[in-house]
Amino acid sequence: MARYLAARLGYSLITFWVIVTLVFFLMRLAPGGPFDGERRLPPEVEANLNAAYNLDKPLAQQYVDYLSMLLSGDLGPSFRQKDFTVNELVVSGLPVSLTIGGLALLFAVLAGVSAGLTAGLRPGSRADIVVMGVTNIGIAMPTIIVAPLAILLFSVTLNWLPAGGIGSWRHYVLPPLALCLPFAAAIARLTRGSVAETLSEPHVRTARSKGLPMHRIVRRHILPIALLPVLSYLGPAAAALLTGSVVVEQVFDLPGIGRYFVQGALNRDYTLVMGVVVVYAGMILLFNLLVDSTYARLDPRIRLSG
Amino acid sequence: MLLITLKIAFTGSSLARFCSIALLAVVILALAGPTLIAWDPEEVDWQALETAPSLSHWFGTDLIGRDLFVRTLIGARVSLSIAIVATLVSVVIGIPWGALAGYLGGRADQIMMRIVDTLYALPFVLVVILLVVVFGRNPYLLFVGLGAIFWLDLARIVRGQTLRVREALFIDSARILGLPTWLIVLRHVIPNVIGPALVYATLTVPGVILAESFISFLGLGVQEPDTSWGVLIADGTQSMQSSPWTLVFPALFLALTVWCCNMLGDRFRDEMERATSRTHREVSAS
Repeated sequence: MARYLAARLGYSLITFWVIVTLVFFLMRLAPGGPFDGERRLPPEVEANLNAAYNLDKPLAQQYVDYLSMLLSGDLGPSFRQKDFTVNELVVSGLPVSLTIGGLALLFAVLAGVSAGLTAGLRPGSRADIVVMGVTNIGIAMPTIIVAPLAILLFSVTLNWLPAGGIGSWRHYVLPPLALCLPFAAAIARLTRGSVAETLSEPHVRTARSKGLPMHRIVRRHILPIALLPVLSYLGPAAAALLTGSVVVEQVFDLPGIGRYFVQGALNRDYTLVMGVVVVYAGMILLFNLLVDSTYARLDPRIRLSG
Repeated sequence: MLLITLKIAFTGSSLARFCSIALLAVVILALAGPTLIAWDPEEVDWQALETAPSLSHWFGTDLIGRDLFVRTLIGARVSLSIAIVATLVSVVIGIPWGALAGYLGGRADQIMMRIVDTLYALPFVLVVILLVVVFGRNPYLLFVGLGAIFWLDLARIVRGQTLRVREALFIDSARILGLPTWLIVLRHVIPNVIGPALVYATLTVPGVILAESFISFLGLGVQEPDTSWGVLIADGTQSMQSSPWTLVFPALFLALTVWCCNMLGDRFRDEMERATSRTHREVSAS
């Protein structure tokens, strides 16, 4: 298991490096400098700006500087928001984004697994048909539709929950719910499939014929096996969840890093966009490592090898 | 693709039939609708600014009095054509990649598939946005960028198919004749895996539609006066309090299309799996 995890860590680090390199050179490939405005800047001013933002050195040198800056945890200054560094913006936005994303993940797993379990234990039953129907629709409803519709229904029409901003706990209900819907649907379908499959395995039949109560069979003999595919889905799901959170932050007007990302993208704030992509990639890789290590602990084929 | 959809429309189960008919209807409306409707997508009806659906404006009008029905259909045209072109791009990358990995096997296969696995975990839509930031807004960029996200699944599937084909006698004889690897892959492997691969490629269409609408929703993709479902939904979100129809109709079209694509995709996959297991049996029996 240690060897497996070490290999995973190695891959993650390599991936992270690839991303950073890709992002860095993409940004430097950009036609025109970041300070090209309506008016041409006097050459001295431009030289000073380039020096301040470390753009006057050879490309290789810039690359090495950027890597060592990243290693010390510095994402550099923001090109557009003159008084802020990217670090400050990320630090101010991260708690909001993590809260929304974490809650959404939690909701998605709770709702998805319980719906999938209900459906999978009785394939073909009415509950199964209802769950599959709802999840089919859930998968086809992207966040850009669910989020505004949720506001229209729960804030504008029913007036139950605030339509945006942050403040009390009531502001943290709709955004994660809107965000989690497609993932809850996907998890429910995965769980349903693997529960139904595990149900017909010989070891479950044995447990049944021993006369074990159903809740115990589910807990001890079905779930640990049936949840493995769900666990490995969480890696890609986290990446998609982050993408979705950009929309949710936009629609619900939440000051998270996703909104900085969009703002940065709209006014070509290179360092900000770069910084947020690096932070996102790092978060996803970290989360994937977490998923992999949990997987390794749960799956005896990995736990017991090397 | 179109033939299979038509076949399902006439012979499939009622759900599949509904989906393929709905999908065909969306495509036909997108192609023919805008020319049949009296309103022009950019024409402003000064008598009807932000009006609810009526006989003259079936889906109502937007904030500045443009007919929403014709705009939704134009949006469908844009969204669907981006989806199709991006899918073609993913075919061009994914099939050779998967075929080569599967044919070479061993170390090369491991490395190539490891790259696919690694890319799989990344927030690639954000990288596409990065491309947009760097190179400016450009439809071709959107095609290539989105296609470059969606080749991963295809590469995996093609590799799996190739592993089967690789053992066939005609591959051995091609090798004995001394054909170079690229020629074997191009002439003997790919033609034998391309059928199922193309069917699987259609499964990426709903994914591309969603990704494009996401980027356009954020204001980074298709731009005014051009429109797509993502742009319309973004506009609708702005004005939904006073005129909910501006949100509901484009959202309905997007969700319906994606849902139908998903349902048909599942059907295709089931049928392909049955077909491949049948040919596999026949090959191993002969």
